[in-house]
Amino acid sequence: MNKVTKQQRTGPVIFSQYERGQGIRKAFEIGRENILYELRESKLKGRGGAGFPTSMKWMLAAAAKGSEKFLVCNADEGEPGTFKDRVLLTEYPELLFDGMIIGGFTIGAKQGIVYLRGEYEYMKDNLEEYLEDLKKENLLGSKIMGNENFSFDIEIRLGSGAYVCGEETALIESLEGHRGESRNRPPYPVNTGFNGRPTSVNNVETLCAVPHIVLKGGSWYSKFGTNKSTGTKLFSVSGDCKNPGVYELRWGTTINELLVLVGAKETKAVQVGGASGVCIPENQFNRKLAYEDASTGGSIMIFNKDRNMLQVLENFMEFFTEESCGQCTPCRAGNVKLLEGVKMLKSGNYKKEYIDSLKSLAKTMQLSSKCGLGQSSPNPFLTILENFSLIT
Amino acid sequence: MNSKESRAPVSQKGLAVTPVKNSDISTVGGTISIEINEKKVSVPFGITILEACKRNKIHIPTLCYHPDLCIAGVCRVCVVEVEGFRTLQAACAFPITSPLKIKTSTPQVRTARRHIIDLLLSEHSGECYSCVRNGNCELQSLAQEYGVDSYTFGHVSQPKYEVDKSSTAVIRDMSKCILCKRCVRTCIDLQEVGVLEAVDKGDKTRIGTFLDKPLADVICISCGQCINRCPTAALHSSDPSDEIWKAIDDPNKHVVIQTAPSPRASIGELFDLEPGNSMTFQLNTALRRIGFDAVFDTNFAADLTIMEEGTELLLRLKKLLVEKDKTVKLPQFTSCSPGWVTFIEHFYPEYLDYLSTAKSPQQMFGAVLKTFYAAQVGIDAKDIVSVAVMPCSAKKFECNRPEMNASGYKDVDYGLTTREMAKMIKEAGIWLPEMPKSHFDSPFGDASGAGLIFGATGGVMEAALRTVYEIVTGREVPFEGLNITPARGFEGIRQASIKLENCLKEWKFLEGIDFRFIVSHGTANAKKVMEMLKSGMLKDVHFVEIMACPGGCLGGGGQPIPTTPEIRKKRAEAIYSEDASLEVRKSHKNPHITMLYEKFLTDGPCGHISHKLLHTHYTKRGRFIK
Repeated sequence: MNKVTKQQRTGPVIFSQYERGQGIRKAFEIGRENILYELRESKLKGRGGAGFPTSMKWMLAAAAKGSEKFLVCNADEGEPGTFKDRVLLTEYPELLFDGMIIGGFTIGAKQGIVYLRGEYEYMKDNLEEYLEDLKKENLLGSKIMGNENFSFDIEIRLGSGAYVCGEETALIESLEGHRGESRNRPPYPVNTGFNGRPTSVNNVETLCAVPHIVLKGGSWYSKFGTNKSTGTKLFSVSGDCKNPGVYELRWGTTINELLVLVGAKETKAVQVGGASGVCIPENQFNRKLAYEDASTGGSIMIFNKDRNMLQVLENFMEFFTEESCGQCTPCRAGNVKLLEGVKMLKSGNYKKEYIDSLKSLAKTMQLSSKCGLGQSSPNPFLTILENFSLIT
Repeated sequence: MNSKESRAPVSQKGLAVTPVKNSDISTVGGTISIEINEKKVSVPFGITILEACKRNKIHIPTLCYHPDLCIAGVCRVCVVEVEGFRTLQAACAFPITSPLKIKTSTPQVRTARRHIIDLLLSEHSGECYSCVRNGNCELQSLAQEYGVDSYTFGHVSQPKYEVDKSSTAVIRDMSKCILCKRCVRTCIDLQEVGVLEAVDKGDKTRIGTFLDKPLADVICISCGQCINRCPTAALHSSDPSDEIWKAIDDPNKHVVIQTAPSPRASIGELFDLEPGNSMTFQLNTALRRIGFDAVFDTNFAADLTIMEEGTELLLRLKKLLVEKDKTVKLPQFTSCSPGWVTFIEHFYPEYLDYLSTAKSPQQMFGAVLKTFYAAQVGIDAKDIVSVAVMPCSAKKFECNRPEMNASGYKDVDYGLTTREMAKMIKEAGIWLPEMPKSHFDSPFGDASGAGLIFGATGGVMEAALRTVYEIVTGREVPFEGLNITPARGFEGIRQASIKLENCLKEWKFLEGIDFRFIVSHGTANAKKVMEMLKSGMLKDVHFVEIMACPGGCLGGGGQPIPTTPEIRKKRAEAIYSEDASLEVRKSHKNPHITMLYEKFLTDGPCGHISHKLLHTHYTKRGRFIK
């Protein structure tokens, strides 16, 4: 497999031409209110997977009371099968940091923090060097581009490897030096976030889309994609295909189209959205990749005819059993039970009624877990059992 | 318990919204209209769904929620449906700030709750028959409430962890833990000790200590507040009742027991009585029937403590003011709460000289029993077994301190909690409320009301003031009915002062002094007081009372479970009303105390004999234990 270079990447938005500082300059020109307007027009939603409208998040953070605010970049890319943020962090820092600076300007934050996945520690020096360059060019630090009223700094902080810290409130806990555990919401981070201050937590990719939107306008951006999922998305494609890698595609691309593009053959299943996503069988490959259909934070895993779906599911459930933060009952104990159920199915020694009660338990987990981890961890269990005749 | 300085992580902290107080609900925006189960109700802005339901007589099951603690929202048993939300919401953690529509008992909600209880049971290694919390276990009650008749998702048959019995006071049986984190919030936030925290993640999550050391080797102060809030028996106290039964059954042993005021005010709760029913005299009868050879009142020793501690304070003042000795440490801190003593030894070892050297009433009594009393009744101290019924788990640690052996034998052999006492009484086939009343045994008899109020926060201060003021001025304290109300109440830190005027000739050096005192309870507050001391803010303060447990002894770690602010208030009322009903209410007027100083402690309070028997020294423990 050949390594893809930045020059070889093409895409309508993120993988298009951009020069650092461009977006910031434009942002200062049009001002906060127009930035928010363009963002609203763009209908940009959170690219981490939850899909919360970015304009709304920034509006709430901008409106929140408090003189000290934070903009946090969630670079804790931990969802199994996603690696698009790695590409952005290493090849497109100009987009990320310009996005952060525009975000800080918009919500009124003076400090930005990149919460970098522990495994990405090797990037830290490069990123910090890049930040130094930005400072030299007065694109970062005090009075950016001579703007008397705006100073902004960015700090890189490292995570320690817990999957749950990708959840924004657990991420904030971790930033504060506590155990990575999600918080009760409400209150939401936009009001009570890092150190109890209004905080906007945005995914790397979301922030990378912002400079382009500010430059070219929200209505330009919203022309891409579907009505409910505007713009483009980076997909991290892995598994049984000829050309795995990161692709920038319009939202609304069907799974079939994607499979052709990446050269996948004899595909049996596609796991959309990582371990916590849904597993889609062949007869549903005409489904669209979009928030309203097959939603994903970027991870696409392709399984061909030779793969044992129970084995796949067991892998996922082992992951969740270990990566639950352990605070709430449904997630901590529920995943253990689901994993046991998968093992029973694998051994062939099971009662159908018990598997049914596990499905019901899975629904309870989706409904009653404290955070997104437990709410989504039963997804592969439910969809794999539903879509592949594994119970006889 | 929503203080901003608290050390609890935000995930376990209270809500960002400050609920509107009852007194302010008439203001604009003070209330909010919501719908619970299709019924319109108006509730104060910012209260939780749980609280709103409670006010409207709708029961929602809870487990990790505790009225004394910050919100965790982790057990998920209290989930309800809120319109507009895709997922169910934890009622305990959701503040009402908009007109919500809530449903508390839909099929979805009931299924979820049942599943969660099933999951908790699948993690909990418990055999109800052989459990100290059988009949008083919140998990058991929940299972019953939700009609659990089988283990849907299995059950742990073998304990997962070894029981940690290293501490003389608190036993940890983590196999019974259901990770509600009440103990963590108690230790980190309520008490600010910070011995317990969740460690590891996923299915390996457990509550652990620093480096997983046994409890005896970390900075646990044995206050037992975690025990009082544990919903199961994962935390319980070390129970010496088997040894006590053995001693009672041994004809060669003379087994005596002293009862503290707080257990007497609360033990009725373990016999189906409402909180606030004092059982002092019924308990005397019950203990004799069980087979104790003599029953004494710890309050006698509390009076003795006042004599010693009060005299010590006056001596310190004299040293400072008359002898101009600048090395004298003031304010003097009380030393009768063993949890507090261990706390200061661990957290502020450089300030031990501020502590009164007087032993606690329990230990003073023990020392007197094995010396004076032994001689009086003609029994060798080695054959006396001295038991103390205490509201406290730290008293178990205290009686096992190696220095506590004035007679050459342990001052007190066994500390028994209120809970363990009730268990022994039941085991003997006695229903306490049915017992006829009887008095304490001679030669110590009944004590003064001053000793009695030691059970409530502020009680030691009040008792000391009743005596010290009168010694210095020759007059009673200038408060109606001797009730020094500024010392009473449940506020975390209370400060007040009394002016010393027209002092007797001997105490003229105190003339005109504004005698300032501070009363504090709960070690989180104690920490604040110590920080005040450190920063020099207590220069003009003379006396500080600190109790390790919220509410003082009546909220002690050995008291009946559950504990809530309301229950503690009722226990305090029982104690104060008993004090008001007594004839002698000042320690120095207790005739038995006078007798003891005449016959035995002949060189008076803080004299040579009392120093040997009734005073102690402390250990600089620090925060790191090897």
